[in-house]
Amino acid sequence: MEFVNIFIKSAFVENMILAYFLGMCSFLAVSKSLKTAFGLGLAVIFVLGITMPINWVINTYILSEEGMFGMDLTFLRFILFIAVIAAMVQLVEMVVEKLSPALYNSLGIFLPLITVNCAILGGSLFMVSREYTFSNSVAFGLGGGFGWFLAIVALAAIREKMAYSNVPAPLRGLGMAFILTGLMGIAFMSLMGIDPATMGGK
Amino acid sequence: MANDTQILEPVKEKEPLFGKAEKKLLTDPLNDNNPITVQVLGVCSALAVTTLVYPSVVMAIAVTFVTAFSNLFTSLLRNTIPKSVRMIVQLVIIATLVTIVEQILKAYNFPIYKQLSVFIGLIITNCIVMGRLEAFAMANKPWRSFLDGIGNGLGYGAILIIIAFIRELLGKGSLFAGSPIELKIIGAADTYLINTKANPWFGWYMNNNLMVLSVAAMFILGIIIWIQRARNPKLVDIS
Repeated sequence: MEFVNIFIKSAFVENMILAYFLGMCSFLAVSKSLKTAFGLGLAVIFVLGITMPINWVINTYILSEEGMFGMDLTFLRFILFIAVIAAMVQLVEMVVEKLSPALYNSLGIFLPLITVNCAILGGSLFMVSREYTFSNSVAFGLGGGFGWFLAIVALAAIREKMAYSNVPAPLRGLGMAFILTGLMGIAFMSLMGIDPATMGGK
Repeated sequence: MANDTQILEPVKEKEPLFGKAEKKLLTDPLNDNNPITVQVLGVCSALAVTTLVYPSVVMAIAVTFVTAFSNLFTSLLRNTIPKSVRMIVQLVIIATLVTIVEQILKAYNFPIYKQLSVFIGLIITNCIVMGRLEAFAMANKPWRSFLDGIGNGLGYGAILIIIAFIRELLGKGSLFAGSPIELKIIGAADTYLINTKANPWFGWYMNNNLMVLSVAAMFILGIIIWIQRARNPKLVDIS
């Protein structure tokens, strides 16, 4: 049950983009068309879902004091986490290229760019500071990725519609994307404070 | 291959250490080529840390340090890094520098370290650092790359501090809260510079809680972009 709670909480209540503003760079750059946004969103779900449990294992069994080496190695956290993420992205890229060339072509350049998506590393760091267990970290990875996917698809759809409206020239494109994201953030704020664990008959 | 071209190169005149091109590298990112508002790099942390001015200043210094030195080291190593693993090499350089920054902050200014929390770590994935390495340091000499790093760090810091200034003043009625030079500007207590209770002319102001939320940073950034592009039509998005 806790698995579902954390999934829902990380996808909607504490949405990576709209509550913490993580992964904004690719969020703004790739949200021009719905199709690419969709592909990138799926790739982010995938990478977050894989790297989060791996980083959990590394953090618990290698870096922490109770781990393999018996000493506090947490200062190596950044380097190891980012190395895992970079390696995973590379691996995912190779596997996808082998198994499904069609999906690989549709993702194109965005697959390697996921390495520098703040949402991935941020997710791993949040997982450490919130002291999640293994199954929690899997739920958090998948839920966070799903929330990110939802937000980028929504913004891409709105931006495609915006192309037909009469925005003042200096505000067109980037400026408008910022203000739209702000408005979406306010909308998502209405979900804040909802705790799925205490809902439904308790 | 790289060696062939170097041998064929004629002996060049000595370049000035700080000429026009170098000055442009420093000043361009502050205005026409700003990393946040024009290149759209490094937006995440710009939105998350800017509720107060003091942490934003610390963040700006940290990012400037990381961009400058990662640019320098990548530029020194640029001819020895194989193309296929360059991302990982760059990330290791950046992650090492960020770890240094993190450990220093943890040791000397723990309250700020707590306040910035994961965002210090997220400098690693701050697109400014990676973007400048790819776009500049991999193709330029060390000294110029170093200056480009400083320029971009400052351009990033400038936007960060402008946003934080507006948000803290309107949201909390103070400036530099938490730092040694804390100023209380607008409020209802005697210690404030403008006492809204005692002074009937200033009674209109109440702290604006919207400014404390991170969505306010989105709106302010949107407006900054609007002003900048209205002043410089070259930057307007045509698509």
